[in-house]
Amino acid sequence: MAQSGAGLDADVRELGNTTFPRLLLKHAAERSQAPALREKDLGIWQSISWQELHVEVEQIAAGLAGQGFKRGQHVALVGENRPRLYAAMIAAQALGGIPVPMYQDAVAQEMVYVFENAEIAYAIVEDQEQVDKMLEIREKYPALLRIVYDDPRGLRSYSQPELMSYEELLKEGRGLLDSHPGFVKAEIDQGSPDDPAAMFYTSGTTGRPKGVVHTHRNLISMSAVASRMEGLTPSEEVLAYLPMAWIGQNIFSYAQWLVTGFTVNCPESQATVAADMREIGPTYYFAPPRVLEALLTQVTIRMEDAAAIKRRMYAYFMDVARHVGGRILDGDASVGLSDRIKYAVGKILVYGPLRNVLGMNKVHVAYTAGEAIGPDLFVFYRSLGINLKQLYGSTETAVFVCVQPNGQVRADTVGPPVDGVEVKVADNGELLIRSPGLLREYYKNPEATAEVKDADGWYHTGDAGYLDQNGHLKIIDRAKDVGKLAGGQLFAPKYIENKLKFFPFIKEAVAFGDGREQVMAFVNIDLEACGNWAERRNIAYAGYVDLASRAEICDLIRECVEKVNADLAADPMMSASQIHRFLVLHKELDADDEELTRTRKVRRGFIATRYMSLIEALYSGRTEQFIETQMRFEDGRTGTVSATIRIHDAKTFSPAAAQKTAA
Amino acid sequence: MSEKKIGDVILDLKGISLSFGGVKALTDISFDVREHEIRAIIGPNGAGKSSMLNVINGVYTPQHGEIVFRGQHFHKMNPRKVAEMGVGRTFQNLALFKGMSVLDNIMTGRSLRMHSGVFAQMIRFGPAEREEIAHRERVEKIIDFLEIQSYRKTPVGMLPYGLQKRVDLGRALAMEPSLLLLDEPMAGMNVEEKQDMSRFVLDVNDEFGTTIVLIEHDMGVVMDISDRVVVLDYGKKIGDGSPDEVRNNEDVIAAYLGVAH
Repeated sequence: MAQSGAGLDADVRELGNTTFPRLLLKHAAERSQAPALREKDLGIWQSISWQELHVEVEQIAAGLAGQGFKRGQHVALVGENRPRLYAAMIAAQALGGIPVPMYQDAVAQEMVYVFENAEIAYAIVEDQEQVDKMLEIREKYPALLRIVYDDPRGLRSYSQPELMSYEELLKEGRGLLDSHPGFVKAEIDQGSPDDPAAMFYTSGTTGRPKGVVHTHRNLISMSAVASRMEGLTPSEEVLAYLPMAWIGQNIFSYAQWLVTGFTVNCPESQATVAADMREIGPTYYFAPPRVLEALLTQVTIRMEDAAAIKRRMYAYFMDVARHVGGRILDGDASVGLSDRIKYAVGKILVYGPLRNVLGMNKVHVAYTAGEAIGPDLFVFYRSLGINLKQLYGSTETAVFVCVQPNGQVRADTVGPPVDGVEVKVADNGELLIRSPGLLREYYKNPEATAEVKDADGWYHTGDAGYLDQNGHLKIIDRAKDVGKLAGGQLFAPKYIENKLKFFPFIKEAVAFGDGREQVMAFVNIDLEACGNWAERRNIAYAGYVDLASRAEICDLIRECVEKVNADLAADPMMSASQIHRFLVLHKELDADDEELTRTRKVRRGFIATRYMSLIEALYSGRTEQFIETQMRFEDGRTGTVSATIRIHDAKTFSPAAAQKTAA
Repeated sequence: MSEKKIGDVILDLKGISLSFGGVKALTDISFDVREHEIRAIIGPNGAGKSSMLNVINGVYTPQHGEIVFRGQHFHKMNPRKVAEMGVGRTFQNLALFKGMSVLDNIMTGRSLRMHSGVFAQMIRFGPAEREEIAHRERVEKIIDFLEIQSYRKTPVGMLPYGLQKRVDLGRALAMEPSLLLLDEPMAGMNVEEKQDMSRFVLDVNDEFGTTIVLIEHDMGVVMDISDRVVVLDYGKKIGDGSPDEVRNNEDVIAAYLGVAH
């Protein structure tokens, strides 16, 4: 069973027959005065034109070359989305170097491995915080020769010889360009589309992170295919607010930026993203489900505080939108005139203002990916008339594997494969992919490369799923996580966890059951949603641990679990996976404690070992269990939290009864 | 890290005594402040710390004593004159305009440096407009420095206390002081806010070269960030020196912990 997107492989490859620095030269020639980047600085959006960017990139490239940077070397980029880091990325590529963007919130200890693995001698970083980390890394890894920083604040008294400011680097580049004006252009001409363009370290749900090497052709061809499919033009506005180290942000605000020639906007700081988004009004937007969910939670909370008339108006028109909004967006002709009129009125009174507040007024394509999205959440945005679509992809596949085409958007599938991509399902249920965007290799790790890429060029995704009758892909879980209950029935933990997480009160969930008789679950409450719920009921609480242990909250969570059970019971494949017992964890699962990956995916194995005693308590029928856990604060110190956690039973449903009620 | 350069004495207080009727707030206090240092004044409640700051600031007039500021001798200071000479301050109980935005509050700190007339400012005519843009730029730099970009337009009254303190500091910085008086900048803050504020105080001292005199309750914070410390108790000076010297001073220990009788 194989399915491929339209368009010949050769045609897609041809789209990628260039390099990022050459694309920059093209835009600098074609639209020299158009804004390439915008950054909010000192309260004002300051633009950098393609022309100015070109000049800056040449200077940085020459400066790096003057510092001894050679073709084929790696350079670390660490920081928020800043125009200067973007310029540095192109500059490194212009010299045939390979940028390695890293997560700016990772601690030095986590970064050392990447520096050693990629033999990085040059780092270009944002500010003092990152410089401090680099200096810490340098103690363990002395081969780090040069640390270039953008923002000099707080660095006045640093005298380490390896430090250099971005200005100094620009100046050195200018000096070199004065004597060799054609230097950078000649370097760019030497580059080939099949050279490595960038390396992304995978978050590593298991073991050491692996460096995914992508060539210019990989990234550019997939970006071009998606831009062509969505009809993106140079007039798009994009807000770059997710980490550069994540390939998604890199594709949207770097690869597609250089392919299409639109404008990328860098927010003032992480805290101002919402306000900056309103000011910019992006037309092409990407958000992982957790961001969309946080926005919806805010809207819901603010609506609950609104005056009664507004609340009623909101409830009425959101109801209208839920029924017809998505269908109108899909161009469904069967929507009646009266519904259309109601929707038009709602657009003036509710949807329009709400979209404006969300900063999504001008969005014509929005994507969500990375995690499964809850149907309610997905429908909420679509019903407002925001063209939110799901896509499927990963670091190894340069993001675009499947994208939902306009008019064929469903909550539970991720759409058909895009042009040039082939998808097939292996006998064990694993999805295999062949695409021009497949990684070239894992850096210095041929065994791992051979493990995921077979002789015929099929990439083994590790995801389990199937293609439905319309050729749309449906993802169930990670193939290796799909297990069997002791009774032999299918157990897909992620599927269950996602169902739980679709409730606003539940932030994270971890389901256990592989090889066991029954399914059990850990639940993390959402402090904001549960806190608000408690406040409205005059339930006083001291903090997270206290709130999580309140009987009222546990009852609330039990209701959610039981709804999930009813839902699971109705699905013959999943009815055995109903959650029999659950507990509410006393602390939030956190990436700093290694319980989540940096992209906030649960590390099930690690959690299972760490909270062994709780799992045993769940299965042994105990009603409560004492536990003490270490936690790491953001500044690196550690502390312990302890609590006695109560264990709750949840009602389960017989499959037959559930089907009867469903019918 | 390179050592910072501490310069000559810029402020010298000689034999200051201040009383309100029969209450002696300060008795014969002398100490000096050097260019570019962080000088802390500590002491238990009612020790006279704020009175001391108000004497430097010209709010109170001491009955005895002399103040030498940058070579000029004064018996009493005058608040406006002090401000014009480059002394800025923050307040223990915050004296912000609660209904005004963060931006406008910090902008008020620029008032001494605004030269165009009220009328010209109202119609934003030629030079007045250029002046306003220059002032706004300065204010934006402070907002950026204090990392309060996301509250630029928020009314100050709606901000949590720790952030209001930051705005208060921002307003004092807006006048580009060469000497900054901070009245309990960390009072009422949680540990994280204290750490943030300490970092800002150190950064102000480092980036702008501002001399800082600060009053503080929290011994830990003071010992970490100051170069020299004066200790007051019941209006008398009981200690003066580096944080280490002060920490080991028996009178200071007695004043803070009490003595066995």
